[in-house]
Amino acid sequence: MANRCAVIGVGQTRYTTKRRDVSIAGLVREAAIRALDDAGLTFADIDAVVVGKAPDLFEGIMMPEVYLADALGAAGKPLTRVHTAGSVGGSTALVGASLIQGGVHDRVLVVAFEKQSESNATWALSTHLPFGASLVVGAGGYFAPHIREYMRRSGAPDHVGALVAVKDRRNALKNPYAHLKIPGIDRAMVESTPMLWEPIRYLETCPSSDGACAMVLSSEKAVTGTPAWIHGTAMRSEPLMRAGRDTVSPQAGKDCAADVYRQAGISDPRRDIDVAEVYVPFSWYEPMWLENLGFAPENEGWKLTEAGCTALDGDIPWNASGGVLSSNPIGASGLIRFAEAALQVRGMAGEHQVEGAVTALGHAYGGGAQFFAMWIVGSRKP
Amino acid sequence: MPSEAPSGAPSGARAVPEPLEARHVLEFPGGYTRTTGPVIGRFLTELRDRRIVGVRTAGARVLVPPLEYDPATGEAVTGEYVEVGPAGTVQSWAWVNTPRAGHPLDRPFAWATIKLDGADTSLVHAVDAGGPKAMRPGLRVRPRWRAEPSGHITDIECFVPEVTVMAAPVRAEYRVRPGRALTRFLEGVRDGVFVGGRCARCDQVYVPYRISCPACGSVIEEEREVADTGTVETFAINNLPDPRAPEVPFVSAYILLDGADIPMLGLVGGVPAHEVRQGMRVRAVWVPPEERTMSMTNIRWFAPTGEPDADLPGGAAGGGA
Repeated sequence: MANRCAVIGVGQTRYTTKRRDVSIAGLVREAAIRALDDAGLTFADIDAVVVGKAPDLFEGIMMPEVYLADALGAAGKPLTRVHTAGSVGGSTALVGASLIQGGVHDRVLVVAFEKQSESNATWALSTHLPFGASLVVGAGGYFAPHIREYMRRSGAPDHVGALVAVKDRRNALKNPYAHLKIPGIDRAMVESTPMLWEPIRYLETCPSSDGACAMVLSSEKAVTGTPAWIHGTAMRSEPLMRAGRDTVSPQAGKDCAADVYRQAGISDPRRDIDVAEVYVPFSWYEPMWLENLGFAPENEGWKLTEAGCTALDGDIPWNASGGVLSSNPIGASGLIRFAEAALQVRGMAGEHQVEGAVTALGHAYGGGAQFFAMWIVGSRKP
Repeated sequence: MPSEAPSGAPSGARAVPEPLEARHVLEFPGGYTRTTGPVIGRFLTELRDRRIVGVRTAGARVLVPPLEYDPATGEAVTGEYVEVGPAGTVQSWAWVNTPRAGHPLDRPFAWATIKLDGADTSLVHAVDAGGPKAMRPGLRVRPRWRAEPSGHITDIECFVPEVTVMAAPVRAEYRVRPGRALTRFLEGVRDGVFVGGRCARCDQVYVPYRISCPACGSVIEEEREVADTGTVETFAINNLPDPRAPEVPFVSAYILLDGADIPMLGLVGGVPAHEVRQGMRVRAVWVPPEERTMSMTNIRWFAPTGEPDADLPGGAAGGGA
């Protein structure tokens, strides 16, 4: 049985296209210091630091964690870098939590970031080697065929993707840190935007953001302030190219969810979870993950979306913060999901607080939907 | 001599003579002077030493450029001079696309009101920003000083934006060699065939050829040629142009070649993008044999065969998951 671990501090930066006023070190410090302030602590109170970010090719800095060590108060302390592509933010939180659950440390600072404005993610994700054919597609081009396949299998009506895009952007209007703020957004506006990678429209796509997120994790005896207790943690991965692999609902995602639910004593996620922050970078991934995570039977996730169940006032709000569709500093996006889940059960989510949230899911995925990281946090001690 | 144009002359009768015109310059020989008075004199003296000063009013505001009086009250200012700037913040601006002879810069620039750090009023000066997109209220700027100052406002040639971003060139150059498995596959592609490999334990055929099974880890020993025909499982229509990619719109598709158990990503061509369907039967279109190399560029694209569409598993309409 692992030692108890809690989130006692959360810090975020305002997500935006270009943070031209801060360096990378300044950006991560902004989030880290806000998380420490939230916990009523300073760098001196931290035992170890865990840093996560997506590929180094995004900013062109090899191993940025090495130069960020002193910016994050890690001089003379253990510092670890995590990298699991888009799910890295979630994995970073879980690596930090494991250091406390395993009894190694009492307080760990976890930080994740991306400064996408220093280059172009589509370029960085499409570096094809010689001998191949050039099909530069980026993340949208990669995921579009799998979304098309979901639409075919489930028979979901075409407008479901637009409904998610509207819902998440409306939620973003209530989140002071969110990047995209589109007052008056509606289905017609989303449907009037061009297809970038058909069937994905412009407004069904996440933005490119600069930003950082940080959390202070604590052992039971070192808790300060308002804790969000960790009830379960799980990571899974699977090979990208494997015969019979279901790219619409990957087995690794199902296994990861089953594991984290078992630890947290969740038998029916839709009933037992009050709010979920799930990595939805393209709108159709909401119905797809509703099924993969067991909130709906296969091919029926879209019905929950269409019925408004995942809206802020629905029975199982998804992405009350606006989600990845509204803010996407890639390396930090997973950690933001985990942090927002913690804010909800601490009752500190502000305008997008889900009333009375006791149990929350944080979720991240990455690569070609092949890396998964999840945690369940709650206001009650496990 | 009458100089007015014959504006009242009837038209048409005779050609109207050109109005008489002459150049006339009014310039006081040697140029006017401006006696600065003590306050502006102090300002220009400091400017010559590359310092910018303002003067404090009785109400404790700092006027830059300084005046002998507080424009708000008419009262004399105090004798206290305050060094300000040299950096400041753009308050408002107007872009000058075509500079005139008397302008401080010979290239497009902005006129801006700039509030120097420590000042309570704004100074009008030029900003050399490159283009109007670089200008915004709140932009931080600093003076670019003239090489030989003389005690004139043009001792500041102009203001320039502060440094906020620098170039960071990164370039990595590699020699890339395909491994044994990819070499074998490319040999096949050179000869116009797709070489796969069958995992004996899983009974699955992988293409491109590989020597270990991603599912069970076994060594794949059996080569298996697969067809150059297959079925489009799913696809995207790419509308975002990229210099390295085919011309948009292009269709990138997962194609399950006949005899393979895993789809390959390929370009679909020879058909309008919006006529591509899931289940469509396609065949590789190879470049002529004499143009082939050990590269996937040997396959121009996959084009429809014209056969009836294949059934795909697990459709909601077709039933059965």
